[in-house]
Amino acid sequence: MSMPRPPKAIIVGAFLAPSLTGLAVFFLAPSFDVARRSLANPSGTEFVGLDNYATVLSNEAFRLAALNTAKFMAVCIPILLIASLTVALFLRKSTPFKALMKTALLLPLAIPVFSAALLMSVTFDAEGIANGILAFFDLEPVAWMGTDAAFWVLAASYVWRNLGYCIVLWLAALSCIPETLYEAARVDGANSRQIAVRITLPLLAPSCAVVVVLAIINAFKVYREAYLVAGNYPHESMYLLPHLFNNWFASLSTAKLAAGGVLLGLVLFLVVCLLFRSWAKQVRADR
Amino acid sequence: MKVRTTLTAACVALAGFVLCFPLVMLVAGSLMGQTELSSVLGGVLPSGEGYAQAPLLTLNPTLESYVAVLVDTPAYHVLFWNSAAITAGVLAGQLLFATPAAWALARYEFPGRNALFFLYVLLMMLPFQVVMLPNYLVLNALGINDTLPAIILPGIFSAFPVFIMRHFFATIPNAIIESARLDGAGELRVFLTIGIPLGLPGIFAALVLGFFEYWSLVEQPLAFLKDQALWPLSLFQPTVSFDNVGLVFASAVIAAVPAVLVFAMGREYLERGIAATARKDRS
Repeated sequence: MSMPRPPKAIIVGAFLAPSLTGLAVFFLAPSFDVARRSLANPSGTEFVGLDNYATVLSNEAFRLAALNTAKFMAVCIPILLIASLTVALFLRKSTPFKALMKTALLLPLAIPVFSAALLMSVTFDAEGIANGILAFFDLEPVAWMGTDAAFWVLAASYVWRNLGYCIVLWLAALSCIPETLYEAARVDGANSRQIAVRITLPLLAPSCAVVVVLAIINAFKVYREAYLVAGNYPHESMYLLPHLFNNWFASLSTAKLAAGGVLLGLVLFLVVCLLFRSWAKQVRADR
Repeated sequence: MKVRTTLTAACVALAGFVLCFPLVMLVAGSLMGQTELSSVLGGVLPSGEGYAQAPLLTLNPTLESYVAVLVDTPAYHVLFWNSAAITAGVLAGQLLFATPAAWALARYEFPGRNALFFLYVLLMMLPFQVVMLPNYLVLNALGINDTLPAIILPGIFSAFPVFIMRHFFATIPNAIIESARLDGAGELRVFLTIGIPLGLPGIFAALVLGFFEYWSLVEQPLAFLKDQALWPLSLFQPTVSFDNVGLVFASAVIAAVPAVLVFAMGREYLERGIAATARKDRS
C-alpha cells in the first residue's frame, strides 16, 4: 500500500514557497516601503500626502520621458505586430528553408546588446555607414543621433531584435487554428480575404494579448542600446522613462523615484488586468 | 500563384539576410587588420577621414585583433568572467526556484491560484526601473550592495521563467500525470519523473532566454555595482581610437560567441517554449 498522501495545501505550498519567499523579500516587501516613501518627504520622516506625485507630474523631464515612452510604444508595437504577423503568414505557407528562415529571424535575439550597440555607433555616426550610403546617392547627410532621427534609430533596433520572437509567437497561434475550419470555409466558397478577416484574425486575437505583453516588456529594454550608444542624456527624442528613472536614481532623488515608480507600476497593473480579462473571456468562449 | 510564392520566399529571405547582416559586419571587421579596418571606418574614428563603409570582406584575414583582446587586454577577461558568473548564478537559481513554482501554478487547482499568477505576470511586466528602488533598499539592508550577489539574487526571482515554464507545463496531458498517480507515485515523484522530462523544452527555453537577458545586463550593474572590477561584459567601454578599433570589434564578436552557441544548441527548445506561451490550452 502506498503511504497516505500529504494534504494538497502542503504540496502546493512546498512547490511555491521557495519562489514566493524570494518574491516577498526582493520585490513585495520593499515595494510597500517604496509606496510609503512616495507619500513622505525625501528623508522619509514626514507624511506629505500626494506632494511627490504632484512634483513628478509637473516635472518637465517626466512629461518628456513619459510622452516619448508612450510614443515609442504607440509607434513601435503596431509596427512590430504587423511586420511579424505578415512574415508569419508567409512562413506558414512556404515550406522550403522554413527552419533556416526562422533561425535567421530569431538570431538577433541572441546578439549581445554590447555588440549591437557597437554597430549602431558605427552605422549612425555623423560620418558613419548610413551617411556614407546617403552620400553615395548624393543625398544630404543626417545627424542620426542628434535629431529626431534618433527616435527612429532606436525604433529600428527594437524591431530588429524582437521581430523573430513575435513571428514564433504568431506561428504558434496560427498552428492552433484547425485546418478543418479553413477547409469548411473554402467549401462554402470563401475567398482568401474572407478567410483572413473572418477566421484567421479573430482566432488570433487572444494570442495577440501575449504578443503585446512581451512587446511592452521588451520596449523598456531598448534602454540598453540607447544607453550604450548615447549615454544617460541622449537626444531628447529618445529620452525615455528608463533614462529619467536612472538619472533620478543616480542623483538619489528617492521621493521622485518612488512616486514615479508607483505611477508606472499602476499603469502596468491596468495593462495586466486587461490581459487577464482577455484570457478569462477566452476561457469562457472555449467552454 | 507560383510566381507569388517565389516572390514572398525571396522577400522573407531578404528580411532574414538584413536581420543577420550586422553579425556579418562584426565578424568581417574583427578579421580585418587594424590598418584596413581603420581605413574602412574612416571618419567614425577620431583621427580618420571620410564616411565609413560597412566592413564586409577582407583580403587579408588576420586574427591579430583576437590576440589583442584575449592576450593583451586583461580587463576584458575580468568582465567576461563577471558576466559568466552572473549568468550562471542566475540561471542555476532560476532552475531551482522557478521550476517548482511554475509546476504548482500549472498543475494544481488551489484557491488564490489566479491571484498568484496575476502577481507573477505583473512582476514580469514591471521594467527594472520600477523595481530598482525596492531592490536597492533590500540589497542595502542585506549589506550586499556592490557585490555580484546584488545582481544575481533579484535575477533568480525574476517572474519571467515562471511564466514561460508554466505555459509549457500546462501542455502536458493530464492522463499521463493521472496514470502515474494511480501507480502510486507521490507528488514530488510525479514532478521529477514526469514534469521535468516532459517540460524540458519549456525549461530550456526559459534558460536560453534568461541567458540572452543576463549576458547583456546593463541596467542592474549600472545601478548596483560601483566597483567597475565587478562590471559585466556589456559595460566594457574601451576608448575607441584609431589603433584599437579592431580590438573593439573582436571583443564584440567574442561577447556574441557564447550567446550564439547557446542559441544554436537551444534554438528548437527556444521556439517550442516561446510558442507555448501563445497557445490556447491554458488550463
